[in-house]
Amino acid sequence: MSLLELAGVNVAYGRIQALRGISLTVQEGQIVSLIGANGAGKTTTMKTISGLLGLQSGSMTFDGEDLTKVRADLRVRKGICQVPEGRGIFPGMTVLENLDMGGFVRSDRRSKEFTEDQERAFTYFPRLAERRNQVGGTLSGGEQQMLAIGRALMARPRLLLLDEPSMGLAPQFIQQIFRVIEDINREGVTVLLVEQNATQALGLAHQAYVLETGEVTRSGPGSELLADPTIQDAYLGVS
Amino acid sequence: MFLDRFWANTINGLSYGSIYALVALGYTLVYGVLQLINFAHSEIFVIGVFGVYFTFLALGFQPGQTPNVPLAGIIANLVLAGAVGMILAGVAAVILERVAYRPLRKRNAPRLAFLITAIGASFVIQQVFRITRGSNPEGTIRLLPPEPVFRIFGAPVTNLQIIIIVAALALFVIADTFVNRTRLGRGVRAVAQDPATATLMGVNRERVIMITFLLGGLLAGAAALFYLMTIPQGAVFNGGFLLGIKAFAAAVLGGIGNLRGALLGGLILGIAENYGQSLFGGDWRDVVAFVLLVGVLMFRPTGILGESLGKARV
Repeated sequence: MSLLELAGVNVAYGRIQALRGISLTVQEGQIVSLIGANGAGKTTTMKTISGLLGLQSGSMTFDGEDLTKVRADLRVRKGICQVPEGRGIFPGMTVLENLDMGGFVRSDRRSKEFTEDQERAFTYFPRLAERRNQVGGTLSGGEQQMLAIGRALMARPRLLLLDEPSMGLAPQFIQQIFRVIEDINREGVTVLLVEQNATQALGLAHQAYVLETGEVTRSGPGSELLADPTIQDAYLGVS
Repeated sequence: MFLDRFWANTINGLSYGSIYALVALGYTLVYGVLQLINFAHSEIFVIGVFGVYFTFLALGFQPGQTPNVPLAGIIANLVLAGAVGMILAGVAAVILERVAYRPLRKRNAPRLAFLITAIGASFVIQQVFRITRGSNPEGTIRLLPPEPVFRIFGAPVTNLQIIIIVAALALFVIADTFVNRTRLGRGVRAVAQDPATATLMGVNRERVIMITFLLGGLLAGAAALFYLMTIPQGAVFNGGFLLGIKAFAAAVLGGIGNLRGALLGGLILGIAENYGQSLFGGDWRDVVAFVLLVGVLMFRPTGILGESLGKARV
């Protein structure tokens, strides 16, 4: 069944129309990728789903429930967690405190499961374990990205929104991050992924959408779009 | 002369500086979360002062008399008056936020609009007191006359000074523990460091803002009690003006947005102005306080401890 459904969503920043009638569906258990150039509306779509931006018109349902009137902080309780573009690590908090913030909405914060979830983040990203008492602001970009993903998992999301997780990262980190995204998905978390790194994003996507200037211009299974010559020309470069 | 009075000035400065520090915490908390200088905070303090004063009246104390009540009774009355002052100031701060700042936030108003609103709110509250209570100070009610308890290097330490310094430090520790050790406090720090991401963690920003104002108001109410114990004739409509500016200066001196900075700034400012007074004379008291601020900012623009509520690890 579809976990998240957007239909005819319009979003504007003041007088600038950022999304024009976007419709997309995320099935439970899938990885869905959104690709597109700068300014196509990828991040806007993410912020609309997480509630940082309001929509002008259109409908948005999560698990069959209308989401448009739900406050952003309450959407986290419903299981929608966004890893924001630029990672959003709290610079003055340690790695452990950042992970703790990820589980802010949980009531079992002193329980064994909570500690186990923390340890799981360290299993995904062993580098973080070495730095657990280091302040977030002093981590490298790759470490911050790992921490941001680990932190979002602390809320036990049903739908994980990842906004450009590979941005600005060294190649060895990029591989690791995408591997972990697949692992997370295999454990049952639905993933909506925004990427400029279209090869990677389409490679692991069950379903993908192409955004251009605020509109969905193409959609289909990731492998199908990956093989499409027009997509290759526009987004994959010469390869 | 300066050396003769050195220890007396130090102790006195610590005691009065504790009052600055408690008020400075309110400035710093709100600044940390909203990047707003809440100029009406000095009037929140005045609301606390009048709250304490009217509680004294309601408890049957009259201006001019020294009450003949056993010490335990005096302390109980002081605690009660302090609690009323704290609650009134805390509630007033929350109402101020609702009425003056929240509507601006909803409309995404520019920062300057907040600042001018803060100044306006400050005037409104001040004038309400002037119209209803007149411009003369209320009569002096002194519950606990200062008496030396022991001496440090020959300088007397009074019962009032001990109470104020110890109580202020205790309140600071409670506030600091709340912000650094509790879940809600961590939410406050998260909003201060990155409001959008804090929302994505499920933090209700509006509630964090409310709690911040409440906490600042409570501390200002406690400061109001200590102020009235030190200066019993101080219940007057504009009594918060200079004290508010000094407390704000203390917050900046220590590093605005930083709780420990507010404490340190308050104490240093309190001591420094006493030293200045004894070196240059009473007229120079306030000058020394602000010259100190300017001097420190020239070398450390972010204040002594620097960094904001969120970013400072402490």
